[in-house]
Amino acid sequence: MSVFNQSRSTVIRLIVAGVFLIIVAQLVNLQLFSSKYEALAFNNAVYPKVRYPDRGIIYDRKGKAILNNTIMYDLEVTPSQIKGVDTSFLCKLVEIDTAEFKKRIVTAILKNGRYRPSIFEDLLTPEMHARLEENIYKFPGFALVERPVRVYPFKAAAHIMGYIGEADSGNIKRSNGFYRLGDYIGKTGLEAYYERVLMGKRGVEYLIKDNKNRLVGKYENGIYDTAAVAGRNLHTYIDIELQQLAEKLMQGKVGAVVAIEPKTGGILSMVSGPNFDPNMLTGPNKQQNFNKLFLDVSSPLLNRAIKGQYPPGSTFKPLGALVALDEGIITPSFGIGCGGAYYGCSRPVKCTHNNAGHAANLRLAIANSCNSYFTHIYRLSVDAAKYKGVKSGYQKWKQYMNAFDLGVRVGVDLPSEDRGNIPDSSVYNKVYRNSWNSCTNLTLGIGQDMMLATPLQLANSMCIIANKGYYYTPHFVKNIEDETPADSIMNPFRIKHEPLTSIPDDAYEAVISGMQDVVEIGTARVAKLPDINVCAKTGTAENYRVIDGKRTKLKDNSVFVCFAPRENPKIAIAVIVENAGYGGTWAGPIAALMMEKFLNDTLRTERLKEVERIAAANLMPGWLVREQYKADSTRAYNWFKMTKDSSAIKRFLRRDYKKDSLQQKENSPTPIRDIRTTWQRPEAILPEQYFITHPVTA
Amino acid sequence: MHARNASKGIDWVLVGLYMILCAIGVISIFGATYKEGDPILQSFTSFKTDYGKQLIFWVLAMIIAVFIMVTDSKFFTATANLWYAFGIVLLLLVFPFHTEIKGTRSIIRFGSFQLQPADLCKVFVALALAKYLSRVETDFSKTKSQLIATAIALTPAILSILQQETGLALVYFSFFLVMFREGLPAGILIIGFSFAVLVVATLLMEPNTLAMILTGIALAAIYILRRQIKRRKQLLIAIIGIWMVCVGVQRFLVPYVFESVLQPYQVKRIYDTIGKDYVPSGGTAVLEEVPAKKKDDSGDYNVKQSKIAIGSGGFAGKGLLKGTQTRYDFVPEQRTDFIFCTIGEGFGFVGSFILMAVYFLLLMRIITVAERQRSVFSRAYAYGVASILFFHIAINICMTIGLAPVIGIPLPFISYGGTSLITFTAALFILIRLDADRQMVLR
Repeated sequence: MSVFNQSRSTVIRLIVAGVFLIIVAQLVNLQLFSSKYEALAFNNAVYPKVRYPDRGIIYDRKGKAILNNTIMYDLEVTPSQIKGVDTSFLCKLVEIDTAEFKKRIVTAILKNGRYRPSIFEDLLTPEMHARLEENIYKFPGFALVERPVRVYPFKAAAHIMGYIGEADSGNIKRSNGFYRLGDYIGKTGLEAYYERVLMGKRGVEYLIKDNKNRLVGKYENGIYDTAAVAGRNLHTYIDIELQQLAEKLMQGKVGAVVAIEPKTGGILSMVSGPNFDPNMLTGPNKQQNFNKLFLDVSSPLLNRAIKGQYPPGSTFKPLGALVALDEGIITPSFGIGCGGAYYGCSRPVKCTHNNAGHAANLRLAIANSCNSYFTHIYRLSVDAAKYKGVKSGYQKWKQYMNAFDLGVRVGVDLPSEDRGNIPDSSVYNKVYRNSWNSCTNLTLGIGQDMMLATPLQLANSMCIIANKGYYYTPHFVKNIEDETPADSIMNPFRIKHEPLTSIPDDAYEAVISGMQDVVEIGTARVAKLPDINVCAKTGTAENYRVIDGKRTKLKDNSVFVCFAPRENPKIAIAVIVENAGYGGTWAGPIAALMMEKFLNDTLRTERLKEVERIAAANLMPGWLVREQYKADSTRAYNWFKMTKDSSAIKRFLRRDYKKDSLQQKENSPTPIRDIRTTWQRPEAILPEQYFITHPVTA
Repeated sequence: MHARNASKGIDWVLVGLYMILCAIGVISIFGATYKEGDPILQSFTSFKTDYGKQLIFWVLAMIIAVFIMVTDSKFFTATANLWYAFGIVLLLLVFPFHTEIKGTRSIIRFGSFQLQPADLCKVFVALALAKYLSRVETDFSKTKSQLIATAIALTPAILSILQQETGLALVYFSFFLVMFREGLPAGILIIGFSFAVLVVATLLMEPNTLAMILTGIALAAIYILRRQIKRRKQLLIAIIGIWMVCVGVQRFLVPYVFESVLQPYQVKRIYDTIGKDYVPSGGTAVLEEVPAKKKDDSGDYNVKQSKIAIGSGGFAGKGLLKGTQTRYDFVPEQRTDFIFCTIGEGFGFVGSFILMAVYFLLLMRIITVAERQRSVFSRAYAYGVASILFFHIAINICMTIGLAPVIGIPLPFISYGGTSLITFTAALFILIRLDADRQMVLR
């Protein structure tokens, strides 16, 4: 019996040992072989809080900050701490109703939980901030939190600077997870192009959270924290005063201005009309303002300086001459007799002059802008015997154009630039079913046919002439602060391109003298400046637009290119004003004022009147009213179909409004809309607000 | 004179292991509840913090231990049945005088002091069972004696279940180990084990699949034993009988118990442990109960967080007060039932293993001590203490590492709580007292 019971004691020991073995085995499994628990515990308890750095500042050539940071305030709420808050008083201060208050609290709880702060109202207006700051002690659970915001002190250069916005899913995907939801990213302009430079390095602060997600302190006393590194500043070539002047001059006009420093390729000023105050897209109401700008048919958000494509017209002629000179087809003394038109092909090309000897040499041909002369030398260039046929001759000519950055992207430091159009010979092959010759596209010689160029490309072509054959890719940024060789982003702007340096100086002198004659005695006399030799070329390009399905001829586009001073060029400008008639009428005076401002650093007092005259001129094309009516009423109709809410569509059905809008003459000006308003009160969103409409009276 | 006798024959190994465990307990509770910035020394000496309190409970427990040591060991044999009767009366008093706390009706409150008779009673049962087994007239090979012993052990368990405290009721089943040592046929343990396997299999498997497997096993048994069956028809009847009982358990008993006896939260905890979703089925009564017991639905969360805490400790642990899981309240009840998490996270595998080793040594030592007793009473009581401790340790730790359902029972000597510490201390020191007098023949 005793032996038997002794063995039972062993059995009990074995049972105990067995259970303990199972426990130890599970401990080995959990603690030694499962790595996931460590990560799970870390994620449970540690909250990596991202610290955002200040974005870099952008300075103009004189060191003035044109894009800076400022502090605005968000109102944050921690739902668990709201006790005894006078809801109706708070609602009054924030200008919402109590239903909205409840909705926002629920949203906050859903988003971040009860114990963590969430944003209740972002980017408070200065007045609202002041009101809340006085009373914030009455609202436990609410706090005013600083938030850095971009600010444009000069209210200028909207298209150049661009704006920032929250990274969308596309940005996040493309960045391979570098950006996260809620991060701000440069959307357009320099903000986008130099995003990696401006954004700096994000820092991370590791905080401990408890089981209710409350943040209770720093993890490991912050030894794993990384500090945020502020973004680097950009120093640009921009002359902000010149920019402001140009923006003022372009008020009420559709078009673009580009001014470049020829020696460096640095862009001094770039304006696209219609323009807007860049501060509209920061701070409160940025979304409403964006919608307003986005829905305007005059496309104020479009940067026409790099995306507007215009036939250059006569402003192309000096370049055509340079190609012929480089090819050795003509010499500066080459001349033709023009009797008022070019009759080399079956259809004559008209010339504005018919007096004898106005195209007796290159200089005279440029000064008088002789169409016959330039169509002729175009034909001579592409039909040159050494190319054995027009197609290869044309290809060579196209190569020249591309070397001048025409028909290809210039590569400016802004995103989404357009390339203009210098068609490939294959395009002509297709259009003319393989049967074409130099007569078919002879107006290319005078900047017409299928040729399209952006204002930036035109300004760059002036740089090539001013520099006598070389240029630097136009760009804004002179240097990045603390630049290192690793900043390869700057490399393309430091390469000297020399497409035409083989042409002898005297040939250039002939072309440049011709351009100076244009100012002295020709069509660009408006651009004459005292004591400065200005070289310029006007252009008047035909302007067609499809309106209501019909190709309608509108008032010509006014084109003007120039550089000055002749001896030591410091500024080259291209100006295009749509619907404005002759090149010398509107585009010329704008360029003249800009040259004077930049070269003399000031304007003569008597010229200020001229500034006001041009600024006050309304050249908004008349078809905008009609197009806006169509766009807005279509949207209102769709809204009506969707919601059966007729309040939006009613006004479009009003007879007088409809009549006024639809019978607006194509070439009579559109009333200018004031879209330069900034930082308005947030209003309750009513359906009308989705449809931006033109005020009938200015 | 008493003092001289008291220190004679004491098993210092047990006392030493006890001191180590209590010290680990105070340190663990300190690790689990210390708040940044508290003055440590003051907190320990004041009665305000949990670790300070536990230290005082320890001192109290030691005072009681000293009293036990100076008591004549005959006192325990003489009063064993009296204690048992006292325990049963307390348990019965619970019914009219209970206070409902956290879903259990097993607690009596006197002001701030809480008494859970079902918890206290296990020591009394150990004494009474030892007393019964050591009676000269008890012949434990007889079924009647076995049934009486079982009744002594399980009466408090039944009362406990009636008080909706199933966890503590389970502890009383550990006394089968004592009975096994004293001659209960091994077959009963095997049947009990098989029954447990069958229940778990029922929960894990499709009813029809399990029924087919059982049938398959029965047919295989018949085929293998066909020669013997030819000679003895009873064998066939026995096999068919066992098969019918198994299928009956699987088909009717388990679903019945789950739906009608156990609380929904208990069912959920059991399902959580085996990794299945609990879908309340059948009667509306169950459906109504679920929202009412919602608070206890966190069983799954607790075990998950507890496993994360222990798993994240790794080999060497994060160090005392460095565990993020336990420091920031991710693990609930961590100073009481889930105290093992603090050790697992703070001291890692090394710490957990050392604790397991100390417990193992304690249990082995108690069994060794039991086997050297000359009186049946002392031996049976020693096994009783070993069984209680073993059951608590195994269930508590298995629950924190996800091997057992969440049953609210403390880890002996370590979990926070005065009653539990004093009860275990008393149980252990009664054993040490009895062992010190092992040369005497006790009845």
